[in-house]
Amino acid sequence: MGLRDATMDPVSAVLETVSLTKFFGMVRAAEDLSLRFQEGELVGIVGPNGSGKTTLLNVITGYVKPDRGRIRYQGRDITGLPPRAVADLGIARSFQMPQLYLSLTVLENLVLALAIRAGRAREFWAPLARVDRLDDARRILEQFGLEEHASHDAGQLPEGARKLLDVALSFARRPRILLMDEPTSGVSARDKSTVMDTLVPVLKGTGVTTIFVEHDMEVVQRYAERVLAFDEGKVVAAGSPDAVLADPAVRRALLGRA
Amino acid sequence: MVIVRALMGLALFLVVPPFLPEWITFLLTLAWAKALAVLGVVLLLRGGLLTFGHALYYAVGAYTAGFAVKFLGVHEGLVVLVLAVVTGATTSALLGLLLARYRGVHFGLLNLAFSMVLYAILLKFYAVTGGTDGLRLPTPLLAGIKPPPQSLRLTIYYVTVVLTALLLYVAHRFTASPLGYTLRAVRDNEVRVEYMGASVRQAIYCSYIVAGVLASVGGVLAGFSVGHIVPEVSFWTQSGEFVFVALLGGTGSVVAPIAGSIVFEFVRNYAFKYSPYTWQMTLGIVLLIIIFFLPGGLWSLTGLARRWGFATRRWTR
Amino acid sequence: MSAGLTFTYGVVRILNLAHGNLYALGAYMGAWLVLGWGSSAWPVLSYLLLFVAAVFIGVTAGPVIERVFLRRVYGKAEEIQILLTFSILLILEDVIKLVWGVSPLFADKPYTYMGLVRLGGVDYAGYPFLLTGIAVVTGLLLWLVVTRTRFGKVLISVITDREVSSALGVNVPRIYTLAFTLGAVFAALGGAFTAPMFSLVPGIGAEVIVVSFAVVAIGGLGSIGGAALGALLVGLARATAVHLFPELDLFAIYLIMALVLLVRPQGLFGQVEARRI
Ligand SMILES: Nc1ncnc2c1ncn2[C@@H]1O[C@H](COP(=O)(O)OP(=O)(O)O)[C@@H](O)[C@H]1O
Ligand SMILES: [Mg+2]
Repeated sequence: MGLRDATMDPVSAVLETVSLTKFFGMVRAAEDLSLRFQEGELVGIVGPNGSGKTTLLNVITGYVKPDRGRIRYQGRDITGLPPRAVADLGIARSFQMPQLYLSLTVLENLVLALAIRAGRAREFWAPLARVDRLDDARRILEQFGLEEHASHDAGQLPEGARKLLDVALSFARRPRILLMDEPTSGVSARDKSTVMDTLVPVLKGTGVTTIFVEHDMEVVQRYAERVLAFDEGKVVAAGSPDAVLADPAVRRALLGRA
Repeated sequence: MVIVRALMGLALFLVVPPFLPEWITFLLTLAWAKALAVLGVVLLLRGGLLTFGHALYYAVGAYTAGFAVKFLGVHEGLVVLVLAVVTGATTSALLGLLLARYRGVHFGLLNLAFSMVLYAILLKFYAVTGGTDGLRLPTPLLAGIKPPPQSLRLTIYYVTVVLTALLLYVAHRFTASPLGYTLRAVRDNEVRVEYMGASVRQAIYCSYIVAGVLASVGGVLAGFSVGHIVPEVSFWTQSGEFVFVALLGGTGSVVAPIAGSIVFEFVRNYAFKYSPYTWQMTLGIVLLIIIFFLPGGLWSLTGLARRWGFATRRWTR
Repeated sequence: MSAGLTFTYGVVRILNLAHGNLYALGAYMGAWLVLGWGSSAWPVLSYLLLFVAAVFIGVTAGPVIERVFLRRVYGKAEEIQILLTFSILLILEDVIKLVWGVSPLFADKPYTYMGLVRLGGVDYAGYPFLLTGIAVVTGLLLWLVVTRTRFGKVLISVITDREVSSALGVNVPRIYTLAFTLGAVFAALGGAFTAPMFSLVPGIGAEVIVVSFAVVAIGGLGSIGGAALGALLVGLARATAVHLFPELDLFAIYLIMALVLLVRPQGLFGQVEARRI
């Protein structure tokens, strides 16, 4: 189904890229990428280091301007919008290297996210720590298994918990689309499935469209409903996890270089 | 409970001074007034912004008072204060438009540059500003009443303390508000703030205006307590002093600037007398000590911060 | 002077506010040596003395500041780094006052030795020409060192990627110290050779840092060519301002600085750095 992507019914695609191209000097990070994502699906992206996976997320969220190509979200052209505007439209992302407020506690990180999401970022008199907001935040921490860390500074968290908090912050925006950049990297092999077992039901339960970048083949195989394989800024294979991961070209690219 | 303890501390400052010698009351007045400018520096520091030109707004306040008396014939202190809020807000709103784009050393030194431009203006336009002679600030009226000469110092002291305390409360609310937290978040991670849907530029801009107004009010209060203003209020050493006191007190609480400011005024009073040539060196060495050994400032040293519940993190611990 | 500032910033990534004091130290040391040992019998000696003064200050103060203080704050928040150099600035200001006193110091012999130069029928003092010559030569030297020597190559690799260079066996801390010292020598050179033109008073360090920051900001932090152009612009603007409105000498610099930063926040030659995420 992946390779026929471009001919699918345009109405049902919630997010779509058209001929996205991005070069960093001579480095090709994205070339002529035309991708479509359906409402509610869980898509995995694999590819060797430097194949342009992060760049795709950066371009979609407006952090990096594409050289060429468009991005459409719910039928609307969002190319060139800054990250803040993209976030306001309902696209959230997590990061390969967690981006947290390291001097704030885990709970504060999350409560602030909730306040901003509610459009209260400019309030300067009412306290941030409203009771209902704290309750909401605690609920999300529970969902992500972070409640024991609530009062720790984000800077002191172990790597795995940082990753989770990073995802939780994005999730707290209740986005229509969630982009996750290597949610399990830096997490011990044993904990990888724990992380995903925590994340996936939460995400599936809310019907959010999820696109996640992942290095671990087993994780992809187990959780992704559809897989895109990247190499040098291009999609080299797309389709069901089993089919894509069995593709000899993909195996070569992934094992040969990564 | 925070409020109750703060009010108890305040009560101490209200009850004791009538029994103190006048010069101590004077130093305390100055310390409280300057603490407002320091508070502005502290707010910006919480956003990771270090300014070497905050004396600019202190001077704007002081000279607003000077001009109001000299050219508008306004003698009512309260009117002067309102005017200073307006001029402080206007100046910071204008410059903030330019400065909110900058960080780090650019922000610090551009502020410095603007404050030095004001210094040059104050110095050179003799006819308007009085040049190096400065301007005299006669005793203001208070709600239409002229304070009797024998209780003049004390009156100015009380006005200063009460007003500063009110503004500290405002700043306290600010630091605990979503905007105050967004500012701290800006210091930690701008990328995340934008991805969260908040505007980094806006958070910095708003805080910059608040910081400017605080310093401007501080300038008026200090001006009236000294009774005379000179261009040096805008000189870089004055800005440097605010930064120093901010660090000395610590940035963890809005009350810290008061502590830092009082300690500073008294220490300077003595140090300056005994060894004027090593004053800056002393400041430099103390600053080094704070940077390396006491990053939380005096406030963290007392350990009172957490026990008294002034630390901003109270509700999550 | 500004070359030194931008150079150290380029490598160490900390803008050294105390740079102006190194300039002042160089100036005082130079003037002091010339006053003490310069003799009119042998004019060249006084230029040598200026040079010796600058190198002495550079190679003593430079490593001390870098090794003892800056080294502890690499990788810390930028405002901490700035504050650290600010405290060094405060200390050095008083060191100068303690060593040389507060009364002005004026060693104009090297200035008068150069005599007058006749150009198009008008007499000009010769010394400024010498100064310009020295500035051009040192600027070129610095540029050659960076682009042509092994040290320069290592330096560039350290600037581009600290981790990789250190993995490749480059002694990064040593390069930092060397670069900082070189920057300090340049600052002191600037001070020593301009000293004969002015009478020295305490506080020139602080004034100079603002001017040279303007220069560097105009050129873009970390760009040597930019610093040269910035210096030229500031010099011209200052001269024009002094000519047209003698009152507003210092204004001109701030104005140019503000204007350039408004149009191009990263300076004329600097590059915007977006953080990789
Ligand atoms: N901001 C940037 N500047 C220069 N090159 C970049 C930048 N971002 C990414 N690249 C380059 O683009 C290529 C793709 O990077 P990236 O998208 O991060 O790969 P991946 O996430 O698949 O590992 C790499 O060669 C990387 O070095
Ligand atoms: Mg990546």
